[in-house]
Amino acid sequence: MNSIPQLPLASWIDSFVDWLVQFTGFFNAITNFIGGINNAFQWVFDIIPIWLFIILILGLTFYVNRKDQRWSLLIFEFLGLLLIWNLDFWRDMTQTLTLVLTSSLIALVIGIPLGILMAKSHIAEVILKPILDFMQTMPAFVYLIPAVALFGIGMVPGIVASVIFAMPPTVRMTNMGIREVPAELIEAADSYGSTEWQKLFKVELPIAKTSLMAGVNQSMMLSLSMVVIASMIGAMGLGTKVYFAVGRNDAGGGFAAGLAIVILAIILDRLTQSLTRDHKG
Amino acid sequence: MSIKVEVKNLTKIFGKHVGRAKELIKQGKSKPEILKETGATVGVDQANFEIEDGEIFVIMGLSGSGKSTLVRMINRLIEPTDGEVLIDGENLMKMDKKKLRDVRRKKMSMVFQNFGLLPNRTIIENAEYGLEIQGVEKEERRKRAKTALEQVGITGYDDEYPDQLSGGMQQRVGLARALANDPQILLMDEAFSALDPLNRTDMQDQLLDIQESLKKTIIFISHDLNEALKLGDHIMIMRDGEVIQTGTPEDILTHPANDYVEEFIENVDRSKVLTAGNVMIRPVTINVDKAGPRLTLKRMKNNEVSTAYVVDNKRKLIGIVDANDVIGLVRHDSSDLRSVVKEDVPTTNEETPISELMDDISQTGIPFAVTNDKGQLKGIIVRGAVLGALAGNEVSEFE
Repeated sequence: MNSIPQLPLASWIDSFVDWLVQFTGFFNAITNFIGGINNAFQWVFDIIPIWLFIILILGLTFYVNRKDQRWSLLIFEFLGLLLIWNLDFWRDMTQTLTLVLTSSLIALVIGIPLGILMAKSHIAEVILKPILDFMQTMPAFVYLIPAVALFGIGMVPGIVASVIFAMPPTVRMTNMGIREVPAELIEAADSYGSTEWQKLFKVELPIAKTSLMAGVNQSMMLSLSMVVIASMIGAMGLGTKVYFAVGRNDAGGGFAAGLAIVILAIILDRLTQSLTRDHKG
Repeated sequence: MSIKVEVKNLTKIFGKHVGRAKELIKQGKSKPEILKETGATVGVDQANFEIEDGEIFVIMGLSGSGKSTLVRMINRLIEPTDGEVLIDGENLMKMDKKKLRDVRRKKMSMVFQNFGLLPNRTIIENAEYGLEIQGVEKEERRKRAKTALEQVGITGYDDEYPDQLSGGMQQRVGLARALANDPQILLMDEAFSALDPLNRTDMQDQLLDIQESLKKTIIFISHDLNEALKLGDHIMIMRDGEVIQTGTPEDILTHPANDYVEEFIENVDRSKVLTAGNVMIRPVTINVDKAGPRLTLKRMKNNEVSTAYVVDNKRKLIGIVDANDVIGLVRHDSSDLRSVVKEDVPTTNEETPISELMDDISQTGIPFAVTNDKGQLKGIIVRGAVLGALAGNEVSEFE
């Protein structure tokens, strides 16, 4: 083995990242754009009083489950949010929520069209599949390094890393959902003279909706799992609390913040799952 | 009748080396030979047929016979490898996407085996789908969809979802969706095959009723010969991608093109489809205007019968005579054959299905006389011939 020189893989990637860094203008624009979305969410969450926020969450849960009400969930949400308030994690929770919502939103906006493309084109599927596998299996920490180089520190690189890590399920499930639309329905759409767009919006996407929403749900959970990691590069929120607790060997503080993440995760999960089941189709 | 749809040499080859396979097919090579030589599968092998305006044309075959591929080539859901489809003389194969879409929207609608209803849409939304994608105003398309639903007997389910309806009702909605477009041609791919027998019969009757009033050209795919015989004005039988026989139901039943078709029709409940005209035989007839008792007796002896049918110069049925009575006339030296004619003869016409005559024939044993609307004797039906026909034996022909 010694006779074969070591491949300079690391330095290749370094020079690639160095090369990317010269497009400062481009990355600044992205930073500003993502930062803008993030700040908008945060601004809204900051002006809503806590009691109103809790009522809004409960109301939303009530609404999406209107056909099949789940009281235990409402009680859980009420008590859970009160606990977060009581532990003085409210602002951290909204920061984390902002990060999750922003990265999920971006993952959807990019992921769903990619999923559609993958379902429609065999070539796209062949190309995208290994890339998605790569994105999902590469340890998420690794994304932080170039993210910092390109987007600085703070919320934005955290969001970028989360998007990369969280997007694959949305793409995959969109692709799968569309491919699994029964052939007869596609034939029906075609035989009545639908255009490709009509077929997509009136038949394929509505029928793929359940699968698509399952992908959204997974993406959201994955981006939530990134919050502690993202806190290492300065993304604020509950993750920061956990990260600091690790540094101070503060088990109590760590668990308390971790519990708040769990509560947030359960609320987000149940809400998106209810959207999946939301009335017919 | 004008020709609505004309199909010329329509061929579909699946797999690789399609070009080579196409050449081989033109040289008349068989399906297995082509598969062996090129690896390509012949789905439909040079189908040729014409469909008249306003008829129900049934394409029949077992699974794998290529009938579903064939019907999908008529609206180009499956792109043909070769051949032409002419609709009102216009070649569908030469149309660009936009033109084809227009034909699909306005001229042809399809009904599917498993209904093909969109599960996320209500019944009325499903029925109006074809109109919706044409950009018809909501109010207008609701109205037309409602009319179509009424035509098939679905009212009061507008806001239900397909999975809340039974199979029979779902297929009615499928039919309504097709009718809402007011197409000239309906393509029905095994449309009733997924239904239980009772529902199927119902839907068949309903389709015939609808056809009676709307006069669409219907291309109906089926694997059930009974269904084909009931619905079809013409039937085309396919096997392994090839057209075996095309004809009226009667043609198919009485002159099966080969053993395959014969085997097929053995399973048919013949009493429903065979008419008096199919099973009648030639009787011994006496022309009362020409023949006297002696000649009558001689003919009866020659033909070894004890009764003969009596007609006049115009072959109009008068009745039957019994040999004993004729002998009596000869003994008394009378020449008035008419005096012994029994006019009380059971008669029927050529169109009557023999299922309606079965009881009477088997109970009385008296042959039925078959007459046309002018009262002329066309033939008679005897018990033996009926049973023979039901058993699938060659039907004696009456010239």
